Amino acid sequence: MSNIPAELRYATSHEWVRPEGDGVFTVGITEHAQDLLGDMVFVDLPDVGDDVAAGDDAAVAESVKAASDVYAPITGEVIAVNEDLEDSPELVNSDPYGDGWMFKVKAEDVSEVEGLLDAEGYAQNIEDE
Amino acid sequence: MTNKTVLHHKHIEAGAKMVDFFGWEMPINYGSQIEEHHAVRRDAGMFDVSHMTIVDVVGDDAKAYLQYLLANDVDKLQDKGKALYSGMMNEEGGVVDDLIVYFFEPTNYRLVVNSATKEKDLNWLNKQADGFSVTITERDEFAMIAVQGPNAKAKAAELFSEAQQEAVAGMKPFYGVQAEDLFIATTGYTGEAGYEIMVPNARAGEFWDALLKAGVAPCGLGARDTLRLEAGMNLYGQDMDETISPLAANMGWTISWEPTDRNFVGRSTLEQIKAEGSEKLVGLVMTEKGVLRHGQNVKVEGGTGVITSGTFSPTLGHSIALARVSNTVTDYAEVEMRKKWVTVKVVKPSFVRNGKSVL
Repeated sequence: MSNIPAELRYATSHEWVRPEGDGVFTVGITEHAQDLLGDMVFVDLPDVGDDVAAGDDAAVAESVKAASDVYAPITGEVIAVNEDLEDSPELVNSDPYGDGWMFKVKAEDVSEVEGLLDAEGYAQNIEDE
Repeated sequence: MTNKTVLHHKHIEAGAKMVDFFGWEMPINYGSQIEEHHAVRRDAGMFDVSHMTIVDVVGDDAKAYLQYLLANDVDKLQDKGKALYSGMMNEEGGVVDDLIVYFFEPTNYRLVVNSATKEKDLNWLNKQADGFSVTITERDEFAMIAVQGPNAKAKAAELFSEAQQEAVAGMKPFYGVQAEDLFIATTGYTGEAGYEIMVPNARAGEFWDALLKAGVAPCGLGARDTLRLEAGMNLYGQDMDETISPLAANMGWTISWEPTDRNFVGRSTLEQIKAEGSEKLVGLVMTEKGVLRHGQNVKVEGGTGVITSGTFSPTLGHSIALARVSNTVTDYAEVEMRKKWVTVKVVKPSFVRNGKSVL
């Protein structure tokens, strides 16, 4: 069974969201998603300052197997990106919820996060796939 | 029905992620296919290739039969144990399969053909044997393990008996020898030195474990694909098939046109295609971010084409591909990637040999 931390929120498209306070949320892809994709070889990140809307393709995770869009789970402004992924995309595989984070969004409306899945809901979502 | 090799439980033991490969449940990786790839380029890795089909061709007409069946000429094989790569064509000049043939005597040869095409191949071999005095026997009592990499031979040799060590001492690339219970060949699908070893099914598990103990890393189909692509080797069903001529698949060198009176299946069609000119298989190199993928459209000077195999090259750190394109191609091509046209370099279809870039 895949690791799904209880303190995070999830999108059905396999992104996770972690509240950092002050309306800032960190976004990455789940362990399940990285497992499906296999070894990551490139991660194409958004630019700091980009405005993203929930559901927009914000990044591209390219693995040995396929190129996969990463969608913004919430609406807001990108205020940081994980530059370590430039040289070490494999961090997404080895530590998807930690060093493999992708970008941080300053939410326009923090309540939007409440509409995302909790760990249990995401686990169910994987099972139903 | 899903087939399993005799090493299936060894893959599970090693934590492999298993996938369906043309009806065979095979390991795609044991964790990281990139690390497995590097193990083969830098040290030693092993692949279970027991799903491949071993066929012995024996009989008075064995040589004449293979001279008719194959586009390459087995008459080139004069040394005992020498191997030859060839395609077998249909009458339309398409590739039924590619294979390796080992020569023991003019009445005794061994073929290794692809697993995905097994039924078709056996039917084809039997059909073409009409009128020849040959016996065609599948040898499924053997498992096959490919041990590849700069340290592969030394590590595998730790498992050999004295007689086996003697049998392989000084053996050049592309030879095979039966030594006691093992058939040991200096062939492979990675662009590295190493062996492909046929081992009786009953001993395969023990042999695999001993290789693990000797420090040989288990590698899955994922690494096998990136390694062969870096080496510029074709994958049947992807880079060529029954509708593609060997001339459009970088296999022109495997067609023996001389002597001109040797008739082989597909010869007259291939002569015609050669005279008219055909598409060709080239290598593509993209150093920017992104990965070239199978099926992407290609534009070249004076024509178009398609990527037949594309991947990220772990050795080079960027993407490479094989593409079948118009023969008017120049040094650059454009590839349609995620709705954008990207300019890439055109090279000979070979990228890495013996751990080093050949670009």
